[in-house]
Formats: sequence, C-alpha cells, structure tokens
Amino acid sequence: MYDVVIIGAGVVGGMLARTLSAYDLKICILEKENDVAMGASKANSGIVHAGFDAKENSLKAKLNVRGAELMPQIAEELGVKYKNNGSLVVGFNDEDVKTIKELYDRGCKNGVRRLRIIDQDELHELEPNISDKAICALHAPTGAIICPYELTIAAIGNAMDNGAELKLNFEVKKIQEHDGYWEIASDKDTVMSHYVVNAAGQYSDAVAKIIGDNSFTVHPRKGEYILLDKECGGLVSHTVFRTPTAMGKGILVSPTVDGNLLVGPTSEDISDKDETSTTIEGFRKLFDADTVKNIPFNKTITSFCGLRSVGSTGDFIISSIKRGFISAGGIESPGLSASPAIAEEIIDMLGVHGLVLCKKNDYNPYRRTAHWFREASVAAKNATIAQNHAYGRVICRCETVTEGEIIEAIHTNPGARDLDGIKRRTRAQMGRCQGGFCMPAIMRILSRELDIPYESISKSGGGSDVICGRTKETL
Amino acid sequence: MTDLVIIGGGPAGMSAALAAYESGIRDILILERDAALGGILQQCIHNGFGLHKFGQELTGPEYAWKYEKRVHELGIPYKLNTMVLDITYNKVITATNAEDGMFEIKAKAIILAMGCRERPKGALNIAGTRPAGIYSAGTAQKLVNIEGYMPGKNVVILGSGDIGLIMARRMTLEGAKVQAVCELMPYSGGLARNIEQCLNDFNIPLKLSHTVIEIHGKERLSGVTIAKVDDRRKPIMSTAEYIPCDTLLLSVGLIPENELSKSADIELSSVTGGAVVDQDRQTSVSGIFACGNVLHVHDLVDFVSDEAEIAGKCAAEYINGEKCSNISVNLKTDGRIRYTVPQRITQKKDITVYFRVSDVFRNVRINIKNGDKTVFSKKKNKVAPGEMESIQLKAELLDGVSELNLELEEV
Ligand SMILES: Cc1cc2nc3c(=O)[nH]c(=O)nc-3n(C[C@H](O)[C@H](O)[C@H](O)COP(=O)(O)OP(=O)(O)OC[C@H]3O[C@@H](n4cnc5c(N)ncnc54)[C@H](O)[C@@H]3O)c2cc1C
Repeated sequence: MYDVVIIGAGVVGGMLARTLSAYDLKICILEKENDVAMGASKANSGIVHAGFDAKENSLKAKLNVRGAELMPQIAEELGVKYKNNGSLVVGFNDEDVKTIKELYDRGCKNGVRRLRIIDQDELHELEPNISDKAICALHAPTGAIICPYELTIAAIGNAMDNGAELKLNFEVKKIQEHDGYWEIASDKDTVMSHYVVNAAGQYSDAVAKIIGDNSFTVHPRKGEYILLDKECGGLVSHTVFRTPTAMGKGILVSPTVDGNLLVGPTSEDISDKDETSTTIEGFRKLFDADTVKNIPFNKTITSFCGLRSVGSTGDFIISSIKRGFISAGGIESPGLSASPAIAEEIIDMLGVHGLVLCKKNDYNPYRRTAHWFREASVAAKNATIAQNHAYGRVICRCETVTEGEIIEAIHTNPGARDLDGIKRRTRAQMGRCQGGFCMPAIMRILSRELDIPYESISKSGGGSDVICGRTKETL
Repeated sequence: MTDLVIIGGGPAGMSAALAAYESGIRDILILERDAALGGILQQCIHNGFGLHKFGQELTGPEYAWKYEKRVHELGIPYKLNTMVLDITYNKVITATNAEDGMFEIKAKAIILAMGCRERPKGALNIAGTRPAGIYSAGTAQKLVNIEGYMPGKNVVILGSGDIGLIMARRMTLEGAKVQAVCELMPYSGGLARNIEQCLNDFNIPLKLSHTVIEIHGKERLSGVTIAKVDDRRKPIMSTAEYIPCDTLLLSVGLIPENELSKSADIELSSVTGGAVVDQDRQTSVSGIFACGNVLHVHDLVDFVSDEAEIAGKCAAEYINGEKCSNISVNLKTDGRIRYTVPQRITQKKDITVYFRVSDVFRNVRINIKNGDKTVFSKKKNKVAPGEMESIQLKAELLDGVSELNLELEEV
C-alpha cells in the first residue's frame, strides 16, 4: 500500500514526487511509456517564463512567478543546466507597443521583478541580430532557459534516490475507490494507495473521467519546432518572443542551455492526443520567423513537435471531486516554469485531504549532475578513467560521450532503457550525425547492461524496434 | 615530440603513413577511434575496390588489409580506440583512450585523415512523425555487414549516393524488398557502374527528381509519401504517392569531418567542406596536411590512396626541412566546375588536378585559362557530379601566373 500514487511521469508528476520524497511517505509514480518525460515535458520551449504573460490573479500567474523563483535553487540541487539569459518581447508597430505596455503592467501586478521597456537602440545593442524593423521590446531580465526533460529526469531520479518508486509501461486503465484507499490498475498490474494524484498531462481528463470527474477537458494544441546546430546558438543570447496578437503568441527564437538555437513553436488545435508529427505548413511558418535576421535554417539538425494540454477553463486546473484524489489538468505553458509551485499547491491540497506530512531526516535534495564527467578537469577525468576504463572509450563522437557515461545513464535513477532514453540523458546520438555512427554501439551497451537481447532494443519502447532480426533469417 | 601524427587509420591514414615511412620517417603514430584499422572499408564487403591501384576487384576489407599488413610489417605504431579531441595551430594533439586517459602529443607534422560522415535526416526537414526505422545508409550497412542484423524488410531509399545504391543491392540480397530509390536531383550522385550493378540488375526503380515529403508511423515506420519535384526542387503535391514500408534509408550526402580542423584554425572550403590545400595537400596551417574523405569526398578509394601518398611524402619532406615553395598560383573555378583539389599551387612541378562538376554535361571541353588566354584544353564526352575527374597540369603553365581558371565549355 502506497501513501501517494502519482499518475504521469512528466515535469508535474516528477516535481511533485521529488517534493513529496522529502516526507516520510511511500510514493509510486505510474507512467504508461517506456521512459519518463515522454509527453509535453519532452518537447517544449524550455523557457522559465518571468511571469508577465498570464492574467493577473490566475493560478497560472501565481504559480508561474512562484515556480520561476524556486527554479534556480532546484536546478542547482538537481545538477540541471539553468541559464538566466533574460527574455525580450519584441514590438514592430503601434499595436505591439500598446500590448507591450499591457504586458509590462500585468507583469508588475503579477510580481515580476526588474521588468522594463527598452527602445530600438538599446534593443539592437542587446541583440545585434534582431530584425531592423523591431522598434521596442519588453525586457524581462528574470527570464531563463532550462532543458525540460533533463529537469524531469533529474527530479524523478532524485525522488527515487529518496525512496520513491517508478513503474514504467503502466498505463492506468482502472481506478477503484475503496474505504480509505484507491486501487489503480493497468492491463497487467495493480497498485494500491491512500492518495492519488492525476498528473497525466494530455490524458488528465481521461484519467479523471475514470473516477467520474467530468468537470474539465483537455485538448491538444500542436507546437512544432526546428532545432539548429550549436554553430548557431550564439545568434541571440536572450529568448526572443514576438509580441502576442489576436492571432496568437507567435514564434520564439532562443538559445538552448546546450548551446543550440531553437525556433518555434507553431500553434494549431487538433483532436488526436498522440499526433506529434511535423508538417510542411509548420516548417513554412517557422521559416517565416521574422524577429531575428538571417536564421540559418540550412543548419537544422532536427525538428520536433509537442502537444500543449489546453484546459477547458483557460487556467491551470488543480481540483478534486473525491477525497484523496487530486487532478492536475490543463497544465499548458507556463507549466514547466510553474511545476515546483504546482507541486506545493498539490501538497497543500493533499494536506487538507488528510495526508500527514512528516519531514524525513535523511532526505537528500542533491543529485549528482549527469554531466559531471564532461565538466571535470583533465586530472579528474584521468583519475576516473584509471579507475574505470569505460570513461576512456568515446562512443558518441559528435558530442564526445563515453561508454562510462552511457553505462551510468542506464544504472542511475531513472535508468535509460532505450536509445532515445540514452540520448536524452547523455546527448549521445544528438549531435551532427544524429547517431549514425554510434547507434549500433549503444545498442550493444544497452543489451549487455540490461541483459536483454540485441534484437529487443527499441528506439523508445513499445513497437519502436530498431531491427527486425538476424541477417539470413529473411531469406 | 613526435615527428608525424596521423589522425585516422582508414585507407587515407594508412597510405599516408606508409608513404611517409618510405620517405624515411620512422617516428610515426596513427591515432584511430575505432577498434580496428581500415576505417569505413571494414563494412564495405562488396567488391570493386582496387581496380586502378592493383588492377584487381577487391572487397573493402581486402583492400584495407593490403595496407594494414604493410603497417604491421613495418611496425608503424598506432593506437586504437583512441579519440582525438582537439588539435591546435601549434600541432598539439589532445586525445583520450581507456589505457592512457587524456593525453597530449606535440607533433612536427600532422596528417588529417578523419574521413567523412553521412548527412542525417534532421537536416532535411522532412515532415511527419519520428518513428524507428529510419537510418542513414552507412548505419544500415554497419548493422547488416558488421553486426549481422537486418534493419527492416521493406525498404525505400532516399538519395542515390553510392552507399545508398550499394545498400539497395545488399538489402535485396538479404531478402528485403527495396521498393524504390528516390533522388531529388535529375541525375544520380552515385557511380554509373553502381546504378547498373546495384539497381538495374535487380530491377529496383530509380526515381529521379523525386523526394520523400512525409514520414508515417508512430512507433515503427509504416510508410513514406514521395513526390516528384519541379526544376526548383519543390515537391509537386499532385504527384504525391504513398508507399508502405518499414525502413527508410538515407543516402543524401557525405560531409567531411572537420570539427578538429576548425579547432586548429585551418581554412576550409565552403564547397568541399574540407581544407583548402596546395599540391602537397598541405592546409593553410604549415605542417598540417589533409587527405582522403576529410579533404573532399571521393567515390573511389584508389584515388584516396593516391592522394594520401602525396600527403605522406610531402609531410616527410616538411619534417626533413625539404619542402620548398617558390610560386603562388590560385586555381579558380567557374561554378560548373564546383571545385578543384588542390586549390592552390606553391611549387613549380607537374600536377594532377582533381575536380568535380555541378551537373551532368555531354561533349565538353575543360579549359584552363590564364586571363582570357586558354593555355590548356581537354575534351570529355560526358562528365557527371558523381564521378571525380582529373587533368594534368604541366609545370611550364605555372610560369609567372598568380591565378588560373578552370572552365567547362559545352561544344
Ligand atoms: C509546444 C509547447 C511549448 C511549451 N513551452 C513552455 C515553456 O517554454 N515554458 C513553460 O513553462 N512551459 C511550457 N510548456 C508547457 C509545459 O511543457 C507543460 O506545462 C508541462 O510539460 C506539463 O507537464 P505534465 O507533467 O503535466 O505533462 P506531461 O509531460 O505530458 O506528462 C504527463 C505524463 O502522463 C503520462 N500518462 C498519461 N496518461 C497516463 C495513464 N493513463 N497512465 C499512466 N501514465 C499516463 C504521459 O505518458 C506523460 O508522460 C510548453 C508546452 C508545449 C506543448
């Protein structure tokens, strides 16, 4: 019997698990995929928003500002790259100027610090590559960037180091209420828990429905991106937004914490909750991004698409219709930024529902950064290699990732089980050749370390098999 | 201090090492990141290598072995599983491996022979999903020929580069169905003989002026949509056609691996993606030479060996203080000729100039001009981007000039 079961291993579920793992509780995270961070928390802009966007007095505004405040320390504790690069909302015409003033006022009311409006000269001084047609900007020095899946993986890893359990490939299909506890089941497995938190992202409405909660719905809104080579990461240093219009928020251009350049997202409402394909129209819109001059799209290394969970109320939904069962739905942007504060909010509610919170005295908020080896001095690297030769064998040439780091990604909570899992944890296969050279070698390492056949290695779980059998078998 | 460090132990690196040895250099070290010498030839188990060099049809491993055997016989030192992380302008090399950890070597001369990599899918901006089942042709070649596993059974190939053509045949021989090879350009980028032997002999259609416009399938690839492209290479939507398949192989270009060259501030050509070199294959940094696919992408390994021999011999001259330069002639091209190697001549002697063209041309003359004056002309029946061409430049043409233009004239 668990004290708390969390459905969904995205940043919301992950941050909640980590915060709860400081207390004396038995916690389990259930995730339907073969890895954590497989939903919206994998594919988004990775912006820790300053907090001027959301309407004053909304849950979004409150939790965004609070979450953004907590984020630097959390990133530090979890060893996650976080960069306070500041953001700019760029205006092109009188209409934009008006909107920028509104955003400024709203930001001040929301409690965003150090906001200011800057003129064309200062804007171009800050960002020489910004469009010549830009006339002013809202500058939010507190805006920051983070890698969303790195944060999610680290939060869940830290929760697990502190005792939380993670069950992958556990798709919650049935939930039964009993006297004082819940029974939660997939097709194969059942767990029991006193409290349940539904953090199932895009599927949070479907999970809520299982217990008869029809109070909200969530629908997908596509966001497509193009990621450019590290050569282009220096094109801008701030996160550059276009001024929002009636047509939407527009496309942003931002460096990433890893030094690439990100252009996106598009915005399109769809109905299929799993439809994450990129489209020709999407690319076209991205190619038209006009806040920054001469974006070198010929340096694209990949494109991807994420689905925003747009809730039916327009605000974050954190609600409960039954004692002991809380749902977090409609956690669209700025959900990543707000995630630490969403965790606090949910924990307060769990307390109201009767969960007893006793601090553990052996709670360790720290997790060794996944890039410790990469960042080590030559002497420290050599000491490590002398102890463990695997750190001297480079497997991914483009990103210089060693066998030691790959083995570590497999055996560090939450361990990687497939090729994409290795990619997100180590950056192996994420460089210029996109795994062309190292994929077969990584398959061997996965097969050996997990003691599973080479044939069964997948790209990302489920039916995403990489190979179809031995040669000569087809003949 | 080491006399000569060679980065890369493929055919280029080994040929260069042997040539330097024959020129009297003994203090040589080859650094290779793979677990064996031979480079990409290890996985090229088809034949057709060595026709020019040995008058024999060898397989890739057989060709490589001819050189590797000599390396062993002469006792030329090499380190395997060793990744070079950095080289500097001053010829300091930083590398790492399991036994030595991270270490530095200072070299009198360096030969770059790191080869090339395949252009990945991401760079193409193909719309659709991101399922398993999409590989560059070289990765598939490694899976099949080295690892012994089949990436899939029902295949479409995008791009008609040589590795793609070879893999069309290889997958067919292994029992897979190869439905089509789509090529964006109106001509193939591969060798004519590969089109004949790898596609035509197996009735695999080559769809010129076609590309893949969408990828389908959630977990594993379930199909691709292909379409014809217009003369500006834009897809013509009305020609879109869905092909069910479980595997998409990409053979859409090779890129010389010059990240290390950049760290040493070596001047690179935006056309070849490799270093700008003189007739000795010396780069803009004195004492650093380049050869093989890291310099420009070759279609035949025989030419790689020739080029590497020049680099090895000249690196030896450099080390012995014998390399001299007495002229400075830049070779320019007209766009129809995309590039030459070398791009620069610093010594008056007879020189073979290699070049590639930008399109398929028939009945042409290759002219070398000094200003308006044609100083050399040679007729060719057909030239194509997939086949490297060469001309002999006589020493006397270099007298008193600073620039020569290579032009392609249709007759
Ligand atoms: C295009 C885009 C851009 C964004 N940009 C930003 C930004 O810049 N800054 C910002 O702050 N926020 C941003 N966001 C929002 C942010 O990504 C989300 O708010 C956040 O990731 C939501 O996390 P989550 O945990 O709720 O959802 P998810 O990450 O989707 O996690 C839900 C998890 O639940 C699992 N699950 C679902 N159903 C079940 C079931 N039945 N059983 C078991 N498991 C289940 C899913 O597999 C998934 O892993 C963006 C979002 C998108 C899509």
